[in-house]
Amino acid sequence: MRARTNDVVRCLPLLLALFGFVAQPAFSQDAETIRRVSERMVKLFGAGGLGRIEAYGSGFLVSPNGHILTILNPLLDAPEITSVLADGRRLPAKLLAIDSVRELALLKVEGKDFMHFDLAETVSVEPGDLVLGFSNLFNIAAGSESVSVQRGVLAAHARLTARQGFNEFTYRGKVYVIDAPTNNPGAAGGALVDHRGRLLGIIGKEVKNALSETWVHYALPIDEFRELVRQVIAGKYKPTDPVAVDAKEKEQPRRVVKVDLRGIVPLPDVLDRTPAFIDAVQSGSPAEKAGLKADDLVLFVGESLVQSVDDFRVLIDKIPADQKVRLVVLRGQNLISVELPPRGAKSDVRTPESSAAEKKTKQP
Amino acid sequence: MISALLISVCLAADTPAKITLDPRLAAEEQQRIAVIAKVKPTVVAIFGPGGAGGGSGVLISADGYALSNYHVTSAAGNFMKCGLADGRLYDAVIVGIDPVGDVALIKLFGREDFPHSKLGDSDKLKLGDPLMAMGNPFLLATDFEPTVTFGIASGLHRYQYPAGTLLEYTDCIQTDASINPGNSGGPLFNRDGEVIGINGRGSFEKRGRVNVGVGYAISSNQIKNFLDHLKGGLVIDHATLGATVTTEADGRVVVNEILSSAEAYRRGLRPEDEIVSFAGRPVGSVNQFKNVLGIFPKGWRVDLTYRREQQKTTIKTKLAGVHAAGELLKKPQQPQPPGRPPGPGPKPEKMMAAPPKPKIPEELKKFFEAKEGFANYYFNRTLRDGLLAGLRSRGDFAKRTGAWKLVLVADAGGEVQITIDESSAVWKAGAVQFTARAGEEGRFDPPGTGGLLVAVDHWRRMLIDQNKWFPVCDYAGGFPSTNGELLLGVHAERGGVKTAWLFDRKNGELRGLECLADKDGDPCEIAFGEYQTISGVSLPHRWEISYGGKPAGAYRLRSAEVK
Repeated sequence: MRARTNDVVRCLPLLLALFGFVAQPAFSQDAETIRRVSERMVKLFGAGGLGRIEAYGSGFLVSPNGHILTILNPLLDAPEITSVLADGRRLPAKLLAIDSVRELALLKVEGKDFMHFDLAETVSVEPGDLVLGFSNLFNIAAGSESVSVQRGVLAAHARLTARQGFNEFTYRGKVYVIDAPTNNPGAAGGALVDHRGRLLGIIGKEVKNALSETWVHYALPIDEFRELVRQVIAGKYKPTDPVAVDAKEKEQPRRVVKVDLRGIVPLPDVLDRTPAFIDAVQSGSPAEKAGLKADDLVLFVGESLVQSVDDFRVLIDKIPADQKVRLVVLRGQNLISVELPPRGAKSDVRTPESSAAEKKTKQP
Repeated sequence: MISALLISVCLAADTPAKITLDPRLAAEEQQRIAVIAKVKPTVVAIFGPGGAGGGSGVLISADGYALSNYHVTSAAGNFMKCGLADGRLYDAVIVGIDPVGDVALIKLFGREDFPHSKLGDSDKLKLGDPLMAMGNPFLLATDFEPTVTFGIASGLHRYQYPAGTLLEYTDCIQTDASINPGNSGGPLFNRDGEVIGINGRGSFEKRGRVNVGVGYAISSNQIKNFLDHLKGGLVIDHATLGATVTTEADGRVVVNEILSSAEAYRRGLRPEDEIVSFAGRPVGSVNQFKNVLGIFPKGWRVDLTYRREQQKTTIKTKLAGVHAAGELLKKPQQPQPPGRPPGPGPKPEKMMAAPPKPKIPEELKKFFEAKEGFANYYFNRTLRDGLLAGLRSRGDFAKRTGAWKLVLVADAGGEVQITIDESSAVWKAGAVQFTARAGEEGRFDPPGTGGLLVAVDHWRRMLIDQNKWFPVCDYAGGFPSTNGELLLGVHAERGGVKTAWLFDRKNGELRGLECLADKDGDPCEIAFGEYQTISGVSLPHRWEISYGGKPAGAYRLRSAEVK
C-alpha cells in the first residue's frame, strides 16, 4: 500500500507537467515568483524619524486602481505620505480608511492598471508550509530596488497575547506565527505569501509575547482584512471621523500592562528623566516587608544602573517572572541592598494606577 | 475510500508511520549535505596570535591564500593563527588589505595542498536563491569545525552606507542566512559550493548585536577585481569619478560637481549631465552609481555613458583614488571588535596582569616586511621582482647601455627614427625633429602624444636597469586591458614622471606602458605587441600610441639597433 503511494507521489509532478501545470515544489521558491510578488510591493515614507519611530514602512497593492494596504503606523500621521512603487515611481498616497482594532490602514494612489494582489483568492496554509516575507525592513531598498525577501515556515496559526512596549496588543484573533525574523523596523505592512506567491497575510508590528517576553514574528491572515478592503474599494466603507476615533478610544482605553513593582510607588513620571525616587510604599507589600521606604532612591536593579523612573519600570519588568529582584537604593548617605520576591507574589497590593490615585489623597 | 484508509491505519499501527519525502526534496537535501562536506575543509577560523579576537575566512588556493574581512584581520594583527575543520592550527600572515571594501587576504603556511573553494559569479544570483554561510559565530567552534547557516538571497546589489567607520559595503548581497559576530570574513556559498560572497555586516537594532534576519556579504565579483591588488600586499584604495552625483526630482541621476582635474572632465563630462550607465550598468539612483564605483580599484578605466540635451555620449574614464596616501590606515574601523557574544558579559574577574606577548615563529617572520603605505611589502617585492625578471628573460638588456636606434613605419605611411641614449631621446620624421632631455626640454614631445620621447626613454631605462634607476618601483595590482583581461601592473616614478608598466599575466610580456609627465593631464600610452627577436633581444614589433583617449599613431618596427 505504501509503495503505491510512493509511486503516485513520484509520478505526480510528471502527470502535472503532462497536463501543463508547472509543479513548483512546495519546499522551495523560484525567482519568477519572487519577481512577481516584488512588483506588487510598496515602500512607504511619512512622519517620524525621531528616536525609535521610523519614518519608513511597507505596504502592498490590493487593487488595480492603486489601493495600498498597510499597518496603522505613526508614519501615517504625516500630512504627506509618499509611496514608492516597485518601478521606482514616487506617488503621494491618501489615507482612506483605518481599522484601529486590527491596526490596519488603507491608502490610495492615483493611477490605474497597477500590479496587485487578488484578495478574492482563498489560500490555505498549514504549519510546516514554506512562507516568504516581503518588506522594506530597515529601509534597505531605495527607489526601484526590490524590497527584501525572507524565507521561513509557518510555525502556528494561533491567538497572540502580546504587547507593544507597555501597551497591550488590541487584536484578539488568530495570527500566523512565523519562524523567520520578519517583524523588524519598517517591515510592518509587508506581505506574507506562500511558495507560489499567493498572499497569506500582512506582516505585523514589532511585538513581544506577553507570556514569554520574546519577540514574535507574525502576520495578520488575509481573512481578517479581505472584507475591509472589499468595502473600501466598493465605496461602501465610511471613513472614520477623527473625532469619533478618539471617542471610541475613550470607551475602550488601551489597557496598560501592569508592571509589578512589588508595592513600590515611584515618583510620577513627569520630567524627561524623573529620578527614581520611591514616593510611597504600599502597606502589606513585598517592598514594605523588604524594608524599602519613601524617599529611597533606586540606583540599581540587578547590575543595571537606574537613571529614571522609566528605566526602573523597564528594568524591573525585564527580570524573568520567576526570579527574585535585587535592588540597591540610596537612603540618605547609605547604600542599602534589598531582595524582592518574584513577580505576582501574594500580597495585599493594588495596581499602580489606583495606588497613585490613592497616594494623591495621602499627600500631606 | 474510507475503508481503504481504515485498513491502512490498521496496517500502520504495527509499524511506525514514515513520512514520504518528495524525491526532489530528498535529492536537494543530499546535494546540500554533499556540498557542505566538500566546502567545510576550506573554511578558516581566524584568531590573533595569542588566541584573542576571532573571525572567519575561506581558503581560495592550494598554496594557502585565504579571504576574510579587514575588520577581522586588523583586530588579529599581522600574524594570525588559523584553525581548519580538521582540528589543526596553522600560522598565517597578512598579505593585502582593502579597508574601505572591508576585505583582507592572508596566507596560511604549512601545506602546499590546502583544500580551497572557488570564487563563483555573484552576478548570476537571483532573489530567492539558496545560500549557505559558514564560519565561527560566537566563537562556538572550539574544534574549528565551522557552523553552517542556511537562507536565501534577500536582496542583491545593496548599498550600505559607511556608518561612522570607513567600511562601505557597495553592491553587496543581502541574505537571511544567520550571520552573527564571529561569522565576519567567512564565506557565503551558492548551492554549488562556490564562494559568491564574504560575510561581514548585518542590520541590528533594538535587540542588540544578534542576527535579526538581515546580513550582508561583499560580492565575489567585487573581490575578483581586487584580488591581484590584494596579492601584492597593498593597502587598496577605492575609486572615485572625481565627481559627485545627485538625484533630480524626476528621478534622473545627474552630475552635481566635478573636479576639473578629473579624467572624466577632460573627456567631456560636465555638471548637469545625466548619467545613463556606468561600467555597463544602468544608473537609476545614486545608490546604484555608488554601487558601481565601489567595486573597482583606483586606476581602472571604465565606460560611462552620459546624456546632455537628448544626446548620448560614451567615454572611457580612469578612476582616481578616494583617499590621500596614508589616510586609509588612520581612519577608525568598526567600533566593536568582532566575535564578542551579545547580552550581558560575564562578571569581570579581578584584575589580572596583561597576558604575555605571543611568540611569532621565526620562519614566519620572513614573510612579513613592514613598509609605510603597504600591508605587507614582502609580497609586493616578490611580485614586482617576478614581473621585472620577465623583462630580463627576453634579452641581455643590462649590457645594452649604448645608444638605441629604432626605425618605425606608421600605418598611415611615413618612417620615424627614434634614437635614445644616456642624455637624450630624439624623434626624427623626415625634416621634423623633436628632442627630449632630462629636465623640461621636450617633455611632451612629439606634440599630440603627451610625451612619447620621455616614455621611450623610461622604457629603455627599465629594460637596462630593471628597477634600480627608479627610486619608486612597486607592484600595483591588476588592471583591465582593452579586451577585458587583467594585466599585472608595476608603478614607478622618477624625476616627477610617473610610469605604469602592464604585463601579460600568462607569458610575462610587457604589453603596455603609460607615462605621465603632467600630473593634471593625460599620460602617453603605448600598447606593445608582436614580440620578436631583433638585434639579439626580444622587442615589440607593434606599437600603438594613444593620448587623451584618442589614437596618436600606430607603427610597425622595421629595424632596431640595440647597442
